[in-house]
Amino acid sequence: MAGTDIIIHDEKDNVGVVVIEKITPKQDCDCWIMENDKSIKIQSMDEIPLGHKIAMTDLNEGDTILKYGHDIGKVVKSIKKGEHVHVHNVKTKKW
Amino acid sequence: MEIPKTFLGYKREDGRTGTRNHVIILPVDDISNACAEAVANNIKGTIALPHSYGRLQFGADLELHFRTMIGTGKNPNVAAVIVIGIEPKWTKRIVDAIATTGKPVEGFSIEGVGDIDTIARVSKKAQEFSIWASEKQREERPISDLWISVKCGESDTTSGLASNPTVGNLMDKLEPLGVHLCFGETSELTGAETVCEKRGKTPEAQEKFRKTWSSYNDFILKEATDDLSESQPTAGNIAGGLTTIEEKAFGNFQKIGGCKFIDVLEPAEEPTKGPGLYFMDTSSAAAECVTLQAAGGFNLHLFPTGQGNIIGNPIEPVVKLTANPLTARTMSEHIDVDVSKILSREMNLDEAGDELIKATIRVANGRLTCAEALGHREFVMTKLYRSA
Repeated sequence: MAGTDIIIHDEKDNVGVVVIEKITPKQDCDCWIMENDKSIKIQSMDEIPLGHKIAMTDLNEGDTILKYGHDIGKVVKSIKKGEHVHVHNVKTKKW
Repeated sequence: MEIPKTFLGYKREDGRTGTRNHVIILPVDDISNACAEAVANNIKGTIALPHSYGRLQFGADLELHFRTMIGTGKNPNVAAVIVIGIEPKWTKRIVDAIATTGKPVEGFSIEGVGDIDTIARVSKKAQEFSIWASEKQREERPISDLWISVKCGESDTTSGLASNPTVGNLMDKLEPLGVHLCFGETSELTGAETVCEKRGKTPEAQEKFRKTWSSYNDFILKEATDDLSESQPTAGNIAGGLTTIEEKAFGNFQKIGGCKFIDVLEPAEEPTKGPGLYFMDTSSAAAECVTLQAAGGFNLHLFPTGQGNIIGNPIEPVVKLTANPLTARTMSEHIDVDVSKILSREMNLDEAGDELIKATIRVANGRLTCAEALGHREFVMTKLYRSA
């Protein structure tokens, strides 16, 4: 099925992965949740390149990022729904 | 898809099967590299495996050195072996252990002779081995003679979304057929270690995994001077969208599909508990990891990449796959299997797994991998600590 812009691993995840070359600000994106084969929509706030993550919900400092349904790190700078999620606003809890 | 029950491989004296038929010139130590490379240059059909170590090592680090040397020689992808060291004693230890497989192996030492005469003497034996090996024929062998190792590199989020799950799909399909499988990368399971531990088939395997991971993690915490950013994840990982080690770990972990591991192996240790999935304690650096897995006896490697790791190995063919459409396009000479259509949802995991199985069997039958055709022969010893 062509036309998927973002793939989300698990229903619980609060981030999705861009799977087209890039998405641009204010783009209405089609998201596919792998776990349950559901489709949802989101409007992007930033330009986000292939493979990078988008916030599916507003996130506050100290919140946990969930991907694969699991904890992959903590928010260190608040993130709005539709914004780029990466090393500038998320850090590991491990090292 | 019906999975073929056989492939065409080289039956060895010890009953194992090779996917390749190499005659290797193995230096015991760094200072024997020149000799080994000169012989491989003289005698066609041989390859030298130069490396940086083998002097003044001691304890567990020395034992790992021997295990890697011996395991490399014993690997069924190797038809015959020449071992060259500066001194006779360590050389003989390696020769004797490789000889237990029944394959032709001969050792030479340089001290008291010098490079030039050693090169002449070794070349004569290497020529004999090369011509002997050239008559070996591939024959039909059961699919269960495949020993497949896996490791990913320059990963990005497409690895966890698609190329690693494709390898997992292959594992789910080949494990019931009696194939030996191996994953490693201890440090790169950090964040997913609890989930991974539960994949141990027995309480013993789980316990062994927990100890192995904790010990590696303690070592990292002791030596770390920062949060390891740009080391784990690498700058390439970060460019590809991976943010933390935990995210990388959960992506990495997709490679084993739904399989459970039956045992935890030391670096370069040969599995002895029969067919199935093994975890090997390895670094997450590509060449170190694959060198250890090859020394453990694995005869074909699957390597998913996101941003485009280009690694190969001198004796174990490395099949590379990617789900990143940019990498598939810009680095096509390195990519054996392109599964990027999973991202556009024009291909599902089951289909991708079948494609990978087909490619795996073609390579097992003798098709050169991209890395082999490009001459990638990274042979990198794992060093545990400083030499004495």
